[in-house]
Amino acid sequence: MTINGKAYIVGAYEHPLRKAPNTSVSQLHAECAKGALEDAGLTKDDIDGYFCAGDAPGANVWSMANYMNLKQLRHIDSTDMGGCSYLVHVAHAAEAIALGKCNVALVTLAGRPNSEGSSGTQVRDRGANIPDAPFEMPYSPVTVNLYAMCAMRHMYQYGTTSEQLAWVKVAASHHAQHNPSAMLRNVVTVEEVVNSPMISDPLHRLDCCVVSDGGGAVIVAKPEIARSLKRPLVKITGAGESTKGQMGGNVDLTYSGAVWTGPRAFAEAGVKPSDIKYASIYDSFTITVIMQLEDLGFCKKGEGGKFVADGNLISGVGKLPFNTDGGGLCNNHPANRGGMTKILEAIRQLRGEAHPAVQVKNCDIALAHGTGGALGHRHGSATLIMERE
Amino acid sequence: MTTPAQDRKLRDPSLNPGDQPYFDACAEGKLLIKKCNDCGQTHHYPRPLCPFCFSDKVEWITTQGTGEIYTYSVTRRGGPVPYCIAYVGLTEGPKMMTNIVDCDLDAIKIGQKVKVVFKKTEGGFSVPMFTPIG
Ligand SMILES: [Zn+2]
Repeated sequence: MTINGKAYIVGAYEHPLRKAPNTSVSQLHAECAKGALEDAGLTKDDIDGYFCAGDAPGANVWSMANYMNLKQLRHIDSTDMGGCSYLVHVAHAAEAIALGKCNVALVTLAGRPNSEGSSGTQVRDRGANIPDAPFEMPYSPVTVNLYAMCAMRHMYQYGTTSEQLAWVKVAASHHAQHNPSAMLRNVVTVEEVVNSPMISDPLHRLDCCVVSDGGGAVIVAKPEIARSLKRPLVKITGAGESTKGQMGGNVDLTYSGAVWTGPRAFAEAGVKPSDIKYASIYDSFTITVIMQLEDLGFCKKGEGGKFVADGNLISGVGKLPFNTDGGGLCNNHPANRGGMTKILEAIRQLRGEAHPAVQVKNCDIALAHGTGGALGHRHGSATLIMERE
Repeated sequence: MTTPAQDRKLRDPSLNPGDQPYFDACAEGKLLIKKCNDCGQTHHYPRPLCPFCFSDKVEWITTQGTGEIYTYSVTRRGGPVPYCIAYVGLTEGPKMMTNIVDCDLDAIKIGQKVKVVFKKTEGGFSVPMFTPIG
């Protein structure tokens, strides 16, 4: 049993706002759903599967299903894998469609961390009954220092440099200059990244992603429906999901769960890393990209720094164009969850609808990969491979 | 450049059932970890079921309170004072999240030998942190 060829992404929409103080989170979700339906040429009552995660108001599925008055639902999934939830949702939607459990699945994401004053240096309250919290919270783990510890170890073990990390941001900024919606549109240099203020050693301000409001949605449908619509055909061919933690104290911060999700997704899709024409790679921080590229097999472990240097991720310049919308590093990171926007730019590339300055020629196979949680303690990973048909 | 570590307000741990003996020992200046009597492996954070073999024959053991820095980061923005988060690999094996304290934060290095010290949280719990030896 495989999802390869069993479902297509038929609709996609990215919310244009990056700051939405006067729009409710539920309205953002609904506007994204409406946009994706219009893109697909479907209507609300065609939806019989709904997928959302912890960013949905109430962290449940029924509040948004009720708000949008989705009446035909027969398949529901509120799997929460943090920022990579939406990659998981697309894979689960394909599984459900393959089994006949639904025909048209809607996936939504939205949030307003920019308006709500969220920051990667804040200690986040994690609620009751968390088994690890008493042994971590007194030490003030925050998003940025959890990733910084990965970067520090990577530098120590493999000789990765701040300049190599900076190249990830430089590449993202080269793409963001062409995206009118991007929060950071100025092209930056390696020097500007390494001279920006140190937030948490060795990560500088420009090694970090933006904090933005907004959201996105995709529609996944069975092949018969996809072929009846007017949009280019984007077929789902492979997926992988996993979690990784501290392994009882055998902590190893040099790799992510992508070491498992990558091979699963490539095997299911029947392709290899060298077949990928475009990659959306979760970029909460520059180190996130380097580690995941290694783990997915685009280069050897420890050589990610060399791989990203000298513009190798810049469309039209390097071997592996990545995050051509500017990514989380420059464009947006709605709800502090970047998985949805990773899917959206991969769809644009496969449809040939990316900005002409960054559109990859003959982009027939694309990969989107994401992380949820934090690589420095516990995280989820998800990989999705898609093909233009 | 030097950045002397400063004491800072520490969040109280919100204990779950089973966690009390660990923090009671901290108050007496001892760092405990759990050891499994079936598979023989030590683990952290402590659990009533061994995370390696799921045996319930786990017991507390007292560590030497020594180890070395596996990785760290000095967080310089966002808090009232800079602080160093780290994973320390204990001499007994498991790595634990902690803070490195009572030192120059700019001189911290991976591989440095450290020993445990105990710091009080806002509500009076003792929590283990580490400081470089020598
Ligand atoms: Zn055991």
